[in-house]
Amino acid sequence: MSDATLFEQVKDEANRVDPYPLFARLRETPVSRQSDGTYVAATHAAIGSLLHDPRISSETLPPADRPKTGNPISDWIVKPIRDRITDTHRPFIFRDPPDHDALRKAVMHEFTQERVQLLRERSHVLVDEILDKHAGSTSFDIVDDLAYPLPVTIICELLGIPTEDEPQFHGWATQLATALEPDTMADTEKRSENSRTFETISEYMTGLIKEKRRHPKDDMLSGLAVDGVPGIPRMGDYDLIATSILMLVAGHETTVNLIANAMLALMRHPVEFARLRDDPFLAPRLIEEVQRYDPPVQFRTRRALADIPMGDVTIPEGADVILLLASGNRDPAVFTDPDRFDPDRGGIRHLGFGGGLHYCVGAPLARFEAEVALTALARRLDNPRLQADPPPYRPGSALRGPKHLRLSVDGIRKA
Amino acid sequence: MSQDHPSHGRPAHDHLVVVGASLAGLRGAEAARKAGFTGRITVVGAEPHRPYDRPPLSKQVLTGGVAPGATTLPNLEPLDAEWRLGSAAAGLDRSGRAVILESGERIAYDRLLIATGARARPWPDAAEGRLGGVHTLRSRDDAAALRASLATKPGRVLVIGGGFIGCEVAAACRDLDLPVTLVESGSTVLERVLGSHLGSVVAALHAARGVDLRFGAKVEALEDDGTGHVVRARLADGRTIATTCVVVALGAVRNTGWLHGSGLAFDDGGVECDADGHVLDTDGRPDRTIAAAGDVARFPHPLYDGRRVALEHWGHAVAQGAHAGRLLAGHSIARAYAEVPAFWSSQGGITLKMVGLTEGADALVIAQGDPKTGRFLALYGRAGRCVAAVSFDSVRWLPAYAAMVAEGAPFPPIRGAVDQGRLTVLPPGFPKEDER
Amino acid sequence: MPDPNPDRIGPSPSPDFSRAAGGLRVSVDLNRCQAYAQCCYAAPDHFVLHGAEALHYDPAPTAAARDAIERARVACPVQAILVEDAGNGRP
Repeated sequence: MSDATLFEQVKDEANRVDPYPLFARLRETPVSRQSDGTYVAATHAAIGSLLHDPRISSETLPPADRPKTGNPISDWIVKPIRDRITDTHRPFIFRDPPDHDALRKAVMHEFTQERVQLLRERSHVLVDEILDKHAGSTSFDIVDDLAYPLPVTIICELLGIPTEDEPQFHGWATQLATALEPDTMADTEKRSENSRTFETISEYMTGLIKEKRRHPKDDMLSGLAVDGVPGIPRMGDYDLIATSILMLVAGHETTVNLIANAMLALMRHPVEFARLRDDPFLAPRLIEEVQRYDPPVQFRTRRALADIPMGDVTIPEGADVILLLASGNRDPAVFTDPDRFDPDRGGIRHLGFGGGLHYCVGAPLARFEAEVALTALARRLDNPRLQADPPPYRPGSALRGPKHLRLSVDGIRKA
Repeated sequence: MSQDHPSHGRPAHDHLVVVGASLAGLRGAEAARKAGFTGRITVVGAEPHRPYDRPPLSKQVLTGGVAPGATTLPNLEPLDAEWRLGSAAAGLDRSGRAVILESGERIAYDRLLIATGARARPWPDAAEGRLGGVHTLRSRDDAAALRASLATKPGRVLVIGGGFIGCEVAAACRDLDLPVTLVESGSTVLERVLGSHLGSVVAALHAARGVDLRFGAKVEALEDDGTGHVVRARLADGRTIATTCVVVALGAVRNTGWLHGSGLAFDDGGVECDADGHVLDTDGRPDRTIAAAGDVARFPHPLYDGRRVALEHWGHAVAQGAHAGRLLAGHSIARAYAEVPAFWSSQGGITLKMVGLTEGADALVIAQGDPKTGRFLALYGRAGRCVAAVSFDSVRWLPAYAAMVAEGAPFPPIRGAVDQGRLTVLPPGFPKEDER
Repeated sequence: MPDPNPDRIGPSPSPDFSRAAGGLRVSVDLNRCQAYAQCCYAAPDHFVLHGAEALHYDPAPTAAARDAIERARVACPVQAILVEDAGNGRP
């Protein structure tokens, strides 16, 4: 056993398959100091309290610092300006009020129920198309074949990104999502790589936004790009770019884990899979239970703006605070028999979508995408079995999920 | 011993009577069932309706979004109760352990939950109060009558009283594009609850939406034109307001009249309870067969140094109702009822939510946000401790402040919050006692 | 006289407008509600936010809304939506 702190072990890829025993040990101290000076909140109560604490900031990214090029004009004039722009126009997941509230309000104004309803209907079509395409297969990778393409198509259609451009985002999104991994942010090299990707994707978005201004369509980017509505703050270009990148990345990197984690849980609990096939309306409860039991976003980082007393521990001003959402979700003080996967537990107040001001914007999309996907899989997959248990995992510890989830099936039934 | 643990050896004919088919009564009966009470339950209600939800009555019901009869409360536990609706309790015979209905019928009880709530304080002149077009707003039937009246586009509506009901009615009138005047004797709206500092913030919102606000004014008389329908209001300064629709929003009186002769301690402000929720007799002794909950129960609140309060809050009716139900079911009560008071109001598109009690507060800070933007959080202090907090469209911060109120944290409690301006301690501006 | 057969309704039943056959009863604990608006996406015909935080809801949805209401109920992050679903045999 290494002497690494518990949270270092959480980040260690060796523990990706099952970090939950580590969480149980972390919960023994509701808020614990790690050797690097970060604080980890691991109980439901501590996390819930910090999510709503006014002294907790989301402005956690270190200041931008692009690599020097050796060209003095670039290094001493352009770079500081661009670094400053980057710092002041972070995506709103990394912003506090009042800026956060204004940006989010503009997004929510475009995130209409009508658009969500249309996309829900659209996802039925997409899922059926995907399964039809694999009709003759006896093997099906939940991640590559369904859990990844579905949310990506939906987020692109919501934003108004041409489908043919999508493939180039795959690598970019994966790269940018590492901004949520503490080790990336602590590593100058990795941060630089992140900045470069951000610039590349920004260039693409700048072009697309220009196009939306010229020829607005009925999509979210057009709505955000053209002149605003009274009472709805209009975004500047830099904020608009950062916001659209945020949503694009979130749409690529989270729901894939929800669908995959759900399917993994169902394969490990075949009784529940059979129930879902017989009663598709189990899905909403089942999805909330997956969000509790094995959530796609396992933790988020915040920063303390002042000393925050938490029982025996005081989080000092300036400290990074890890809110270990996935651990709070297994807190026996809140959930009876918390390590049991049980869609019938009532009144689940899970932390899977976060809470407070930064509650997941895309939660409604995640819910219906997972519902449509899981009910179709339950209906159409004939005798699915895991090819590998545990499946291989992607490297991320904050955004955690299988890299592949390959199933053997006797067949894929008609819709 | 058996009195402390009535659940042991409970006779099968054990009978819980709930007086008040109200939110508190319903949640109380459900809690008793949930706590294992298997005897009979009878719910007595003065109105002919099942327990219904009241908050929408001063909001969506008035604007027509929700039908007045549609707010019947969901049952959350199988009750298997007998409902005696439309039969008000008229008396309580404690020595005979019976509730006496208006009809004279006696309903014997073994355990009794008093949840008779409150009624709208009537217009002081009864004859004027009976004029056509003069409304109060408390019950479902009140709301149906006022809704019907507003739907006829009655011209200028006059709201008397700038409390929450008055403000919500005025806001609903503007939603319906009806002209409305609000007359309040104090210096602004919501002065007693929020103080004049934040009351003025709400007043500015209503003024901006076109409500004609008259502060420091008093309606002296409501006058008809001989047909028995109100046509104008006469103010103390002699001016008149032409109106055919008046809403008297002067607060509530507790429904305790039926307790005359019961030997219990009560007045218009509620029936006295001990910290557990048992009612007290006039000698201050608890009657352990009877509990009270909701608007009608006045009890010593542990968070406020045992000050006796009777709270007209939705959440309080739920929580204290459930507490009383468990108490009567014989559940051992680990500690006294100590829920942090909490309520909400939405008016004119903004939502304010409050935790704690502002009574006696001597200081106020804007802890986050800015009243100018309409989104902010304010905190009230009393003698150096946090006693209440209110959020204006900023509810997601409120749980943190609720915790400070529950702990009685030092005031002002925090610095370094996001979106926090300078923490300037302000006088909240509560009216002096003799002006209340 | 007490009702000899104390079913659910005593001697003075009121007409119950609140529920079409098999319909639902809904109430939201608005102290608890933090305007996450998940219900508004799950059941847009029955839950609407006015302004930033004022939730208006349909207290008496018909049986046809059962699935949408159930989606809204389970999605609520603070579990503030209370439903009585007589048609489904569960309060």
